[in-house]
Amino acid sequence: MRNIIALLCGLIFGVGLAVSGMTDTAKVLGFLDVLGNWTPDLAFVIGAAACVILMTFPFVMRRKSPLMSLRFLLPTTKFINGQLIGGAAIYGIGWGLYGYFPGSAMSSLLYQDWKTAVFVVSMLIGMALANKVSAN
Amino acid sequence: MVVYITPLIGGVLIGISAFFLLFFLGRIAGVGGIVWGAVSAQPDNAWRWLFVVGLVLGPLLYHTLLDTPYPQASSLQWWHAAIGGLLMGFGVKLGSGFTSSHGVLGIVWFSVRYLIAAVIFMSTGIATLYVVRYLVPGL
Repeated sequence: MRNIIALLCGLIFGVGLAVSGMTDTAKVLGFLDVLGNWTPDLAFVIGAAACVILMTFPFVMRRKSPLMSLRFLLPTTKFINGQLIGGAAIYGIGWGLYGYFPGSAMSSLLYQDWKTAVFVVSMLIGMALANKVSAN
Repeated sequence: MVVYITPLIGGVLIGISAFFLLFFLGRIAGVGGIVWGAVSAQPDNAWRWLFVVGLVLGPLLYHTLLDTPYPQASSLQWWHAAIGGLLMGFGVKLGSGFTSSHGVLGIVWFSVRYLIAAVIFMSTGIATLYVVRYLVPGL
């Protein structure tokens, strides 16, 4: 049952990305083109998603544990350190270069543009490198 | 506003997905983290792979059922994709998640941490795009 929910969540997430145009590098890059032809779509996507979370969050937190797992596994780091700042800076450069997020790249894999596969493989290599760096 | 109806609908769907994942599985819908967990063989991994399968198939379902065309393929070079992907993967892992996990859920709970990260990645993103698109267009 947990796995069916996970599959369903992935499907809804993927459909959401496609509907919103976030699988279109032109739109995702356009959000950064503040001095040229700015496309604000991403702000509406984030805003709408955040509204849903804000409305449903009290409902989640009233529970001691999730419905199908022992406990909530939430990120616990709250501090701001060099890894966060450096990571954010590097992430932004990656965004500005090609126009995908991890989610939008995964959801564009079947659009039959081989460059998307190049992006995803490179992204995994980048993650593995960061994993090495932060482990040392 | 009518122009932005599809981003709003898409955003609501993403929000619902994140809510379900949290409510049923107690997990954060951060795609970078889930994909990394899947490929790096974390324990209790089936749900991650299935989430990824859904994520990949979802758009196909949407374009097929609603008969909408795929977005136009990027006109950038393959090495933009290679370097962009490498940096994004490195950054997202180093900073432990940004777009959906912090961007959407971070607004609800660690706003300060997210806000600082968002200001930084927006700035470097805007600067990078400006250089590649306007300053050195052949790059």
